[in-house]
Amino acid sequence: MAVDEGLKIELGKQGIFVTTIEELYNWGRRSSIWPMQFGLACCAIEMIATTMARYDLARFGAEVFRPSPRQADMMIISGTVTKKMAPQVVRLYNQMAEPKYVIAMGACAISGGPFKQGYNVLKGIDRYIPVDVHIPGCPPRPEALLHAFITLQKKIDGQHLTGEGRPRHLDANAPGEFPVPVQGEHDLEPSENGLVWPLPAVKMGSGV
Amino acid sequence: MVSSPYFSLGVLFLVALCFGLTPLALAWLWAKAFSPAKPNAIKNAIYECGLVSKGDAWVQFHSAYYLYAIIFMIFDVEAVFLLPFAVAFTGLGASACLAMLVFVLLLIEGLAWAWAKGILTWA
Repeated sequence: MAVDEGLKIELGKQGIFVTTIEELYNWGRRSSIWPMQFGLACCAIEMIATTMARYDLARFGAEVFRPSPRQADMMIISGTVTKKMAPQVVRLYNQMAEPKYVIAMGACAISGGPFKQGYNVLKGIDRYIPVDVHIPGCPPRPEALLHAFITLQKKIDGQHLTGEGRPRHLDANAPGEFPVPVQGEHDLEPSENGLVWPLPAVKMGSGV
Repeated sequence: MVSSPYFSLGVLFLVALCFGLTPLALAWLWAKAFSPAKPNAIKNAIYECGLVSKGDAWVQFHSAYYLYAIIFMIFDVEAVFLLPFAVAFTGLGASACLAMLVFVLLLIEGLAWAWAKGILTWA
């Protein structure tokens, strides 16, 4: 049960700190998000810049880039996902510990970007794994990644531990494993995961 | 029982045990309630670089690799001894030079043996 915001501020003025388990829990989760050390293309350079002294992602508690998916909370899809790379990305995502979050960084990661017409480029990683924050840009500046990160923190802060929209690890029925696509004859199979990609595919006319 | 000289020791032992076990139990309960495990086949796989592991980890290296190791030793030891030899060369007497020559010739003999055996040709 949440405490009334105004009452909380009033109590704070009197030196009384009021909180809930949920707030503490989410505060802990959002304050030490460990990203996975994983770069795909040129956006990764901006991601590296974000972690360095000038932009300093460490200010928000996310400086510990983990080289193992077992220890990571967040995956930054930083760059073009080719169809050759997509199965590995999905597999790594599956290996991450719950609760896990994804930032799709840059035009390529969210939609295929300038390579959208390319036969070998995935048109957005959100076809296979649930993406929490999309950042446009080619590549997005470090400030944009910081903004995405803060947006993700706000999202984590807003998650209730019970009921609808709770974090996936607290929901026994939520999927833990997302199917890894395989290289088919012409394309990845399946070409998208219906659970995370609910948009209907555009049917092209035969003449196009 | 209270009068036993070991009573206070027993109490201290219990306190020490609780001191260690309580945080572990609390952490376990916390994880049970707030961070339940969500395992799947891929997550439980051993390899974690995005690729499916192939074949057996119990591979055997070809026994012929010991010859490469021996040749490496020959050149390694030679280099270690040649460096101080070269540095002190001008101040050395004839006997020292002779000893060094014998040493180098011994190593060259080993190399010649390896060469004659045909292991310098990459198969």
